[in-house]
Amino acid sequence: MELPEEQRIVITGIGLTAPNGNSLTDFRSALLTGKSGVQDYEIRYFGKTLAGICHFDALKYQSRKDLRRGTRAGSVAVYCTNEALMDAGIDIKCADRSQVGVFLGITEHGNVETENEIYQISQFGYDCKYWSHHHNPRTVANNPAGEVTLNLGITGPHYTIGAACAAGNAGLIQGVQMLRLRECDLALAGGVSESIHTFGIFAAFAAETALASHRHPAQASRPFDKQRNGIVVSEGGAVYVLERLSDATLRGAKIYGEIIGYAMNSDASDYILPNTERQIECMMKALDKAGLAPNEVDIVSTHATATVQGDIQEIKALRQVFAGCKTTYINNTKSYIGHAMGAAGVLELAGNLPSFEDGVCHPTINVDELDPECEINNLVVNKPQPLGDIRVILNNSFGMVGINSVLIVKKYVH
Amino acid sequence: MTNEEIRQAVIDILSDISPEEDLENLDDNTPFRDQLSLDSMDVMDIILELRKRYRVNIPEEDYGKLDTMTNTVAYLEPSLKEM
Repeated sequence: MELPEEQRIVITGIGLTAPNGNSLTDFRSALLTGKSGVQDYEIRYFGKTLAGICHFDALKYQSRKDLRRGTRAGSVAVYCTNEALMDAGIDIKCADRSQVGVFLGITEHGNVETENEIYQISQFGYDCKYWSHHHNPRTVANNPAGEVTLNLGITGPHYTIGAACAAGNAGLIQGVQMLRLRECDLALAGGVSESIHTFGIFAAFAAETALASHRHPAQASRPFDKQRNGIVVSEGGAVYVLERLSDATLRGAKIYGEIIGYAMNSDASDYILPNTERQIECMMKALDKAGLAPNEVDIVSTHATATVQGDIQEIKALRQVFAGCKTTYINNTKSYIGHAMGAAGVLELAGNLPSFEDGVCHPTINVDELDPECEINNLVVNKPQPLGDIRVILNNSFGMVGINSVLIVKKYVH
Repeated sequence: MTNEEIRQAVIDILSDISPEEDLENLDDNTPFRDQLSLDSMDVMDIILELRKRYRVNIPEEDYGKLDTMTNTVAYLEPSLKEM
């Protein structure tokens, strides 16, 4: 049964920064031409490693003083939100800013700033008198979303959603729900990450033997390949403008797609290891909400991070959910940009949305030898696959301590 | 440090914490907050940077004495003149 227009939520703007592009157009182009954004990187204490580094113009929407005061995640969020609003053709100054909500998924926040402060006081014999008063506003969990409201004078609700690497989808889900509840009229939703600026995340993934290494940075993130050896940590962000269909059509907005289904659940089984059964349940629940059968999905955007076990677990789940689905194609975006943590889900979905227009499924790259345990029908490998009319994308994002999120977007047809 | 060097040290701190400000035309006898867009967090930044760079500890009850450049230099002179 189709919902009334006031309950149907559509995407009308996208702003992003990824390691291989600072706009949706550039990002999509990179995904269709196999351009990676992974680079050599070095960070305090940990040393040389690899990372996905963003190169957006942070001064486009903020002053140098803003940047000094705020956080990298806040800066990413401010850039993406301004770009999203511009893309949507919305002048926020003319909107009722008390009816605008900001909902951003984060994997973690505050580690970067805490590590920096501890390093600072280490230069002064660990005397806490040298600890910065900026630490509190920088590390409160709402910081990235709060910086957006400060930048744009938004007085509606703002907060972040801590959901490990399932967070990007969770940000969008929150936006959908708040619009349906009429708690806001415009939702700026998505996810951000500044994780490459904390040495701890590299050290922790290394300790788990889950940090990627490769002599060619662009080939380091290689989901489903037999030689994959872990995660490339990345920074990034994507913010979507979400509106009720009734509002979007009233102002003649460009519509990227409609969020027709979503689900979140918990593994309740392990701190780190994913759980195939719960992933299956999450996908089935999202499909059920969308009123779709699995074979109506055209593209599955996988979460796979290039860990040995994680990729296998997700493929097992997909084999079961999409068994016999001859026209469902599978891809992956982390192979280009690494794992953007809280931004991963929304960047990966954003990279796929232009397929509604261009009819092409971008491939997962860096598969030199497909791991037999990751074989699945219609995995799009190394070269783009023209599919023709693409109508439905299912986006998987899973995270630590057992959290799963699935989002389904349908092409909007007038 | 001479008074001129102390003044320059304060200018350096101000330019770091508020990079967009025009400090060349700063009036030394007008309160900072009347001519620069500084708020309470910036004032705390000035205190923290003086502590970090010159090991000057300024008690909270004296924060108000750092209102203008002239008063700031005069306040810092006893602590910094031997540096």
